[in-house]
Amino acid sequence: MTILEFTPIVFVISLFAGFLGSLTGLGGGVVVTPALTILLGVDIRYAIGASLVSVIATSSGAAAAYVRDGYSNMRIGMFLEIATTLGAVYGAFLATHVPVSALSIVFGVVLLHSAWQSNRQHKEGAPHLANDPLSRRLRLEGSLGGGTTIEKYRAGRVKTGFSIMFAAGTLSGLLGIGSGALKVIAMDQAMRIPFKVSTATSNFMIGVTAAASAGIYLSRGYIAPGLAMPVMLGVLCGSLMGARLLPRMEVKTLRRVFGVVVGVMAIEMIVKGITGG
Amino acid sequence: MATSSGDKRLERVISNLLRTGVLLSGLVVLLGGILYMVRYGNNPVAYAQFHGESEIYWSLSAILKPVSELKSRSIIQLGLLLLIATPVARVVFCLVGFAFERDWTYVAISAGVLIVLAISLFVL
Repeated sequence: MTILEFTPIVFVISLFAGFLGSLTGLGGGVVVTPALTILLGVDIRYAIGASLVSVIATSSGAAAAYVRDGYSNMRIGMFLEIATTLGAVYGAFLATHVPVSALSIVFGVVLLHSAWQSNRQHKEGAPHLANDPLSRRLRLEGSLGGGTTIEKYRAGRVKTGFSIMFAAGTLSGLLGIGSGALKVIAMDQAMRIPFKVSTATSNFMIGVTAAASAGIYLSRGYIAPGLAMPVMLGVLCGSLMGARLLPRMEVKTLRRVFGVVVGVMAIEMIVKGITGG
Repeated sequence: MATSSGDKRLERVISNLLRTGVLLSGLVVLLGGILYMVRYGNNPVAYAQFHGESEIYWSLSAILKPVSELKSRSIIQLGLLLLIATPVARVVFCLVGFAFERDWTYVAISAGVLIVLAISLFVL
């Protein structure tokens, strides 16, 4: 295949991956890597490198809106970024030492989990005001809403959240994904931060986490400009389209359909890893 | 949600920074991509086997050349570097914002994140 044929195909696949990633809340990166490796036979390391770059673009783009609207909590995000960036450096280091077959299998498992996670029903309770001294001292708090319905929250179980964030950073660096699903679990379920704040803060953190492993990827030659170019542009356009259409779509059925698609890709990645194909 | 007017202003600045960074890097990558397609369009692709893109196409001297001599992959790479620099710049802006608010705990935390980023980008 020539570059002139290959590039538009990669663009369209990435566009679709970004679109699907943004509608399901999975993120474009976790979808584009299996798509490129399964459909086009791209080496998983190049796919991971290109995906990582696209992750920075989409998360920064989304975070711009979330930060402006005050949903991202900058203090909570910055504090937890210590854990995610350290994890990301460790993950990127692992990625250069782990065999490709293992990468495929881990990728498949993470993909399965995030597909399952995104299809779960979410129950939103009243904001939680934890009485945690560490959380108090670090001001891991904020308020939601406006006018007369301002509700305050403060994060709890700071150490647990911090540890899960290290794991999220490691997976991000290892697989070139945003690992937004795990970041949300750390904040929403462990630290009991309101769901909306958790997702917005997760988006805010993903770019910095990815940047921490990008340097290592660049110097190890994982980021091929010719491949990263259509992937970044495609995923970015796709996720912008997804964000536009999201309010007007019947998401529940869509998520179920996409969940099956993503599940099939996940199994394919695991099989690929085991058979060494 | 902001706890003070300083936080509100910082949120606006950060939001604009992120949007500008993504837009700018996207445009640079697109420009490099068009040039790349025009010049190398008929070459075969080789991403099935990993050989490592060891060459860093980007260097200061490369982007100072006239457009006709520019390597298209250097332009794409410049765009990608701008993209990677965007969240790093966000941490710097946050650090400065926290310093204006005299929130020294968070100045220190931001500095910590910045140090990890610097090590990953320049040392490892």
